Amino acid sequence: MTAATASTDIKIVGKDSELGFTEFQFGSFKFRRDEYFAHVAWPHGTRIIEIDRFLRALVRDIGWQFFYGWIFFDDVFGTQNHYGSVDIFAGTYDGGYKAAKTDFMETFPTDKVVTAFDTIARDWISEGYDPLRAPQETGTPLGSKREPRKDALVRGFTPATRMLGLPGDVTPRSDATGHPVNRAFADLKLEKPEVHAEKGFEGQLNAINLFDHIARSDVTWNPSVASITGASIFCVTSEEHMLPVIHGNDRNEWFIQLSDEIHWQIQDKNTGNPRGRIVMKAGDVCAMPADIRHQGFAPKRSMLLVAENGTPGLDELYAKGKLPPYPLDF
Amino acid sequence: MAYRTHLGSLKSYQKGSLDIVNDDKKHYAFSNLFEVAGKAKPFERVAVTKNIEYVVEVSKIDGTSPWYAAAHDEFVVIMDGDVTVNFVKLDPSAAVPTGKRGATQLAAAPNGQKMGYVRAKLGNQVLLPTGAAYQLVSNGAPAVVLMQTLGGDVTIERWKDICIS
Repeated sequence: MTAATASTDIKIVGKDSELGFTEFQFGSFKFRRDEYFAHVAWPHGTRIIEIDRFLRALVRDIGWQFFYGWIFFDDVFGTQNHYGSVDIFAGTYDGGYKAAKTDFMETFPTDKVVTAFDTIARDWISEGYDPLRAPQETGTPLGSKREPRKDALVRGFTPATRMLGLPGDVTPRSDATGHPVNRAFADLKLEKPEVHAEKGFEGQLNAINLFDHIARSDVTWNPSVASITGASIFCVTSEEHMLPVIHGNDRNEWFIQLSDEIHWQIQDKNTGNPRGRIVMKAGDVCAMPADIRHQGFAPKRSMLLVAENGTPGLDELYAKGKLPPYPLDF
Repeated sequence: MAYRTHLGSLKSYQKGSLDIVNDDKKHYAFSNLFEVAGKAKPFERVAVTKNIEYVVEVSKIDGTSPWYAAAHDEFVVIMDGDVTVNFVKLDPSAAVPTGKRGATQLAAAPNGQKMGYVRAKLGNQVLLPTGAAYQLVSNGAPAVVLMQTLGGDVTIERWKDICIS
């Protein structure tokens, strides 16, 4: 079930006088939280999501600008990116909700959803809790509202335009940028490359320690662009604990496990039915087809490289069935 | 707590697992780049990912590679070992034609100005800029590299051999 949007501005519709959190309405969706949970309501339905899970998904969804395709906060609620507009859905990709006709979806301009989600995040996140860090690295979101955070909630999403470290491009992380090597990678020997350019070619040769850059990330499950050629995008990310969303890509993508391991639960994108489980260890390479959703679990902080094809319009080709959802026939 | 980071290498790696239901394992094209490199001849550029026109190639660098050039940027990541990448600026007359996809292996060492070199080790990423010819040389033991590029003349596809099915 879909609805024309009544309003594309977020509204305050209440405040919890005991806990201090604000209740919001955005379009036909209502959002409130208590000490432990986010409550999402829509015409004909409601959903409860544990608050840490909800905020980790919310902040990443904002930072990713809704990423590629579907971001499921859980099996029922989430967003789909149409690159200029965003669907917010509940139950649309769950067989039970569809059968009961309690599913719902609304479409909004992207900038309105960014504002709405940022407003919610800003009110619901208090000092001492950073949903972009691994759980062992931050405080708790539980309990009543405390002093709000004053720093940027969203960080670490600045993409390189050609390659990290090139003149005019994004600078790799370092002690100087305020990014020490993470505790989980303290055992790594991280050596810098040596660049020897002949006279006249200064700035034309470029090399970085990519592993060092990843090891210094202070955010998790946050792919950031390291290099681009044409529409081939290398995104790198450090992963610890669980991916707080279930990602349904709108195109095929590839994972290359650079270190340690990640366990992936795989489901059918449209129905949520199980497709399997994949364990990737250092050196493993695996495609994530366009007709699945996946969620990762990293028992120890690990390094992952994600290879994307960012060709504009590719999502439409997959959606119309003009490309198979998987990358190869052999 | 002191953490131990697990990395793979040509000599030592562990492969994960693929437990798939209600789907075809081949759709996931699961391989291990160290296994692929171990079974490949030196300097073969074997695709381990393919996303329409874009590929990631794995190559074992054992000695001195041929010279290559491309009409677009490429990038190399060192996954094991120690590599020197030499660069020569191609004369415009020797440039790879605009629009040609993937690396071209040059028949001989290029004539042109030496641009310099990069010494790269585990975890390093090196730009292979368009307009430059490049050559990879292992320092000591064979190295394993990943190349971010487009599929082309030197790309080898052997999916049946490398993927779990």
